[in-house]
Amino acid sequence: MKNNSEVLNNTESVRLATKELTLQLGPQHPATHGVLRIVLDLDGETIVKCTPYVGYLHRGVEKLAEHRNYLQIMPLTDRLDYISSMSNNIGYCEAVEKLFGIELTERTKFIRTIVGEMSRIANHLLWLATHALDIGAMTVFLYCFREREKILDLFERLCGARLTVSYPRIGGLKNDVDPQWLDDLYKFTAEFPMRVDQYETLINKNRIWLRRTKGVGVISAEEAINWGLSGPALRGSGVPYDIRKVMPYGAYDKVKWEVPVGKNGDIYDRYRVRMDEFRQSNSIIRQCIEMLPEGPIMADAPKFILPAKDKVLTDMEHLIHHFVLITKGPQTAPEGEIYVATEVPKGELGFYFVSDGTGKPYRMRVRSPSFVHVSALPKLCEGELIADIIANIGSIDIVLGECDR
Amino acid sequence: MEPLDIANKIREKFPLDVVDITSFRDQVFVSVKSERTTDICRYLYEDPDVSMNFLADLCGVDYPDKKFRFEVIYNLYSIKHNHRIILKALIPEDNPTVDSVVPIWNGANWHEREACDMFGIIFNGHPDLRRILMPDDWEGFPLRKDYPLKGKEGVEYRGFEELKELHTHDKEWSIS
Repeated sequence: MKNNSEVLNNTESVRLATKELTLQLGPQHPATHGVLRIVLDLDGETIVKCTPYVGYLHRGVEKLAEHRNYLQIMPLTDRLDYISSMSNNIGYCEAVEKLFGIELTERTKFIRTIVGEMSRIANHLLWLATHALDIGAMTVFLYCFREREKILDLFERLCGARLTVSYPRIGGLKNDVDPQWLDDLYKFTAEFPMRVDQYETLINKNRIWLRRTKGVGVISAEEAINWGLSGPALRGSGVPYDIRKVMPYGAYDKVKWEVPVGKNGDIYDRYRVRMDEFRQSNSIIRQCIEMLPEGPIMADAPKFILPAKDKVLTDMEHLIHHFVLITKGPQTAPEGEIYVATEVPKGELGFYFVSDGTGKPYRMRVRSPSFVHVSALPKLCEGELIADIIANIGSIDIVLGECDR
Repeated sequence: MEPLDIANKIREKFPLDVVDITSFRDQVFVSVKSERTTDICRYLYEDPDVSMNFLADLCGVDYPDKKFRFEVIYNLYSIKHNHRIILKALIPEDNPTVDSVVPIWNGANWHEREACDMFGIIFNGHPDLRRILMPDDWEGFPLRKDYPLKGKEGVEYRGFEELKELHTHDKEWSIS
């Protein structure tokens, strides 16, 4: 009778006969994180060819933007990456402000940095929850949603919305933050690192997690740059490229923080980068709250900026000004073209504007990170096993709302 | 390098192909003839002083009233040197073609497909030039300025028409 090791050795040396087939994954599959359809050519359980199909959520945001004034486009940007709409709003506002030449107040810069980093934490929490669920970790999913709810509650207290916030405004913010809200946020940041430690306790030494993520979906630094990856997907390959560092906006140049970077460019490193970003974002929020300067929240540019709400309700001049801006929008904009990129949780979100001098953009292009990341999916998946495509989709953190626009 | 220095470098190297250099808010735009776009891109990618290794974006713009109706915007960035330049390839309406830059940057693949889908610009040598955001049998190019916002008057997407015919006698899934 053969012993077990002999049997094992024999089975490893004999390659089982496999069958080639084509498999449709999505667009309704829960692990595709939205309406992503992937056609997989399989040889056994090895992926020979992977062809992603997108466009199921295409709403024509770029076309719509050409027919709206700059103020009316704000709600469209919420619906791009609906997991972190605050970051999208900030990206759009930063781009329009640079086009108009508006200088923000210090307080606005700090508050935008705070809410932007809150949005990053909320996004990464949902990413970790769903990514862990894809790989089979149910507890992490429940824990992450517990913390995400707290952030969404804070968003709701701040601006009345939880998902599509529309809180930033061109040249400033919808309203100021109140001290109690800041206190509650500060309390949240005091306990949050301990929560991150809890998630890591559940995952970091879990053998199944490590086997499913280490050495899987590897992309080298050169390839990642060549494919146009950005954000944690690029930093996981060891490229320390973060727009908040190289082209600072908001208050990122006034606080101390580091860019988390991976080494191997596999799923595990992309996960590690995001886990470190939790801590960095938490630290940025705490520093911003401690350093928050007093002052106005709206810049001085009455041509483009809505007047303060309390003045609108008490003063006729401001009411007329408000009415004209809401109904007609800014009547003029500087003529020119501009590309402004910001670092959103998923990567580089860029807005490219062509302005013809009227109050509406002649062309608005949204460079969304998810679109680029989905295009690189075949590079990550081909040659891997079919189970790994689920982990790969999770690791690049895509949202089809901004992919399809 | 400063963006203007990069632009001048391009002009020195390709004096007959650079049409115009403009700048706005510290960003520099170089308009070039579409025939040499790929050569200019390859030069910017390979030159160690410039080293534009990151294609941040590629998109189309439609100017119906201009001599060259379309522009393809190449938004190039160097992660190594932290500088940016934006190339604009000028493309005529009667021959809306330009060579693909996928051999240089893999990331251009889907951007070019989108520009083809939305503007009808053909990218020669592209490995898989299919529509990407619109269905394969969609008619027209939605981001062209002469394409109406709500689609063509009274014309419904053929795919939806076929679906309606399919379910004409289907009471449970009535979509009329």
